[in-house]
Amino acid sequence: MLLQAKEVTHFFGGLCAVDNFNLDLEQHELIGIIGPNGAGKTTIFNLITGVYKATRGSIRIGGIELVGKTPNQITALGIARTFQNIRLFRDLTVLDNVRIANYSQVKYNPIEAMFHSGRYDEEEKRIANHAMDLLAVFKLQDYADEASKNLPYGLQRRLEIARALATHPKILLLDEPAAGMNPNEISQLMEFIGWIRKEFDLTVILIEHQMRLVMGICERITVLDFGATLAEGLPKEIQNNPKVMEAYLGEGGDL
Amino acid sequence: MNRLRMIWEKIVTNRKLLPVLLVVGLLLSFAIPKFGLLNQYVVLIIIYVGINIILSTSLNLINGYMGEFSVGHAGFMAVGAYISAILTTKIIPESLAPWLFPLVVIAGGIGAALIGLLVAVPSFKTRGDYLAIVTLAFLMIVKSVIENIEAIGGPRGIPGITRLTTLPWTFIWVVIAVWVIRNFVYSNYGRGVLSIREDEIASDLMSVNSRQVKMLAFVISSFFAGVAGVLFAHVLQFISPRVFDIIKSTDILIMVYLGGIGSIAGSILGAVIFTVLLEVLRPLGMWRMVLMPLVLVLLMIYRPRGIMGLREFRWFIPGYDLFASKIWRKKKEVKDAAAS
Repeated sequence: MLLQAKEVTHFFGGLCAVDNFNLDLEQHELIGIIGPNGAGKTTIFNLITGVYKATRGSIRIGGIELVGKTPNQITALGIARTFQNIRLFRDLTVLDNVRIANYSQVKYNPIEAMFHSGRYDEEEKRIANHAMDLLAVFKLQDYADEASKNLPYGLQRRLEIARALATHPKILLLDEPAAGMNPNEISQLMEFIGWIRKEFDLTVILIEHQMRLVMGICERITVLDFGATLAEGLPKEIQNNPKVMEAYLGEGGDL
Repeated sequence: MNRLRMIWEKIVTNRKLLPVLLVVGLLLSFAIPKFGLLNQYVVLIIIYVGINIILSTSLNLINGYMGEFSVGHAGFMAVGAYISAILTTKIIPESLAPWLFPLVVIAGGIGAALIGLLVAVPSFKTRGDYLAIVTLAFLMIVKSVIENIEAIGGPRGIPGITRLTTLPWTFIWVVIAVWVIRNFVYSNYGRGVLSIREDEIASDLMSVNSRQVKMLAFVISSFFAGVAGVLFAHVLQFISPRVFDIIKSTDILIMVYLGGIGSIAGSILGAVIFTVLLEVLRPLGMWRMVLMPLVLVLLMIYRPRGIMGLREFRWFIPGYDLFASKIWRKKKEVKDAAAS
């Protein structure tokens, strides 16, 4: 098992945002987390990546406990994410955005950095090349020297995924990657997610509102409502689950 | 006009000119006092310009590159100044002082850097306005601690410091400060500093160790503030707690925001303009204290990020950082050609 969450519970003040969340993630899986607004989906990502510290419960990757670790330590252990509302380093270039994500891979110390030693030169060349190669994979190489805020929306989303992959993750957490996309773009995104998953040997957790995307590519789905897990199972099972329909559409609804 | 522009373009894109200028500068810094090329007053102003360049470049690391707001820079200066003044007036014999001066400067810098490490710790938890209050508190603590230690003169300060800050030493320390800070900025850690300014949470989630980065930035910044403090003490020849008050910090802030945040060239420009303008406007008397703030207000309205805000003079950017994408493209072309 790659990632395991056990009885994870989180409170904001007196409000229970995530209640008793469990997850077993096998390598190479692609699972989806869905639920109405405010169900606690993004909170779960924040708990896994260490932005919040879980009030109770345990999250483990390959036997290592993540609760209590800082976000940068967790990222270095192989978990990367994107954000619901794009959070690029807006004033920095596309190349710098990707290079920054290489932070933990750089092998020179601060003293070598201050005096620009030989190892600094070597490493900087390696990182610049690696970052450019990655940008080329995402067809962003021509924008390398552009400030990231100047990119069109679709490319910003793509850059965010490229930046996440620069941290060399085993698990990629995608937070509403299809937000603001039209049906045509969503089809492209579905292909794209399938492709990076193979190309980068990834395990993916996806938060999404777009049912077409979730039902189309996820192998398993977890449904949240008010922080509690409402249902778990294959896309087919979820589609026909009366509790899920009720949460989404009210009583007597049909997905 | 067009011709002038072309000449200017040639100068800024010619990267080999920088080492030449440095050598010329160093030679001049020796020649000017030796042959009395400039009068004492002008030499003094140049030394102050140099000290201010060190101060604004080092503060820019925190306030510009990292996007924090520190008002404690005068405090680090005070630490460096007092450590060095105690060393040269009380411990080191006068005959040896000129020879040991470089070590004194380093000692002052290290003292300030250690204090900087302490100030970095609260920056892990707070940022923005709150960190500004923390640095303000730090400045007040430094001032009152010095005022209350009789052994170092208390509120009366330390008089009779030998004038050891010479033009060549100032020049050398300016070059070291600018070079080290520029190197740091264009490294993995420097990119970490930038990412903290842009979005601290995203930066942490992209594996940047923000604590390490903040500590490094504060240590380097306060080290050079300490260095500037030493140079300042040994040109003013008298220091007291009153010299290192909030007004001194504000002066450095003005230089940083005038020249431009997140820019080495901006820091240098800001320090030069501020220092020279204050001298040029001296005949206006009290009115210059009205004019200077007015200039600032206009600047903030028309150029809120300063003259060079977030832009850099090409000389200061390391070669393959500037050309990283071009070098990669060339290599790829060669590779593609070989493949076909």
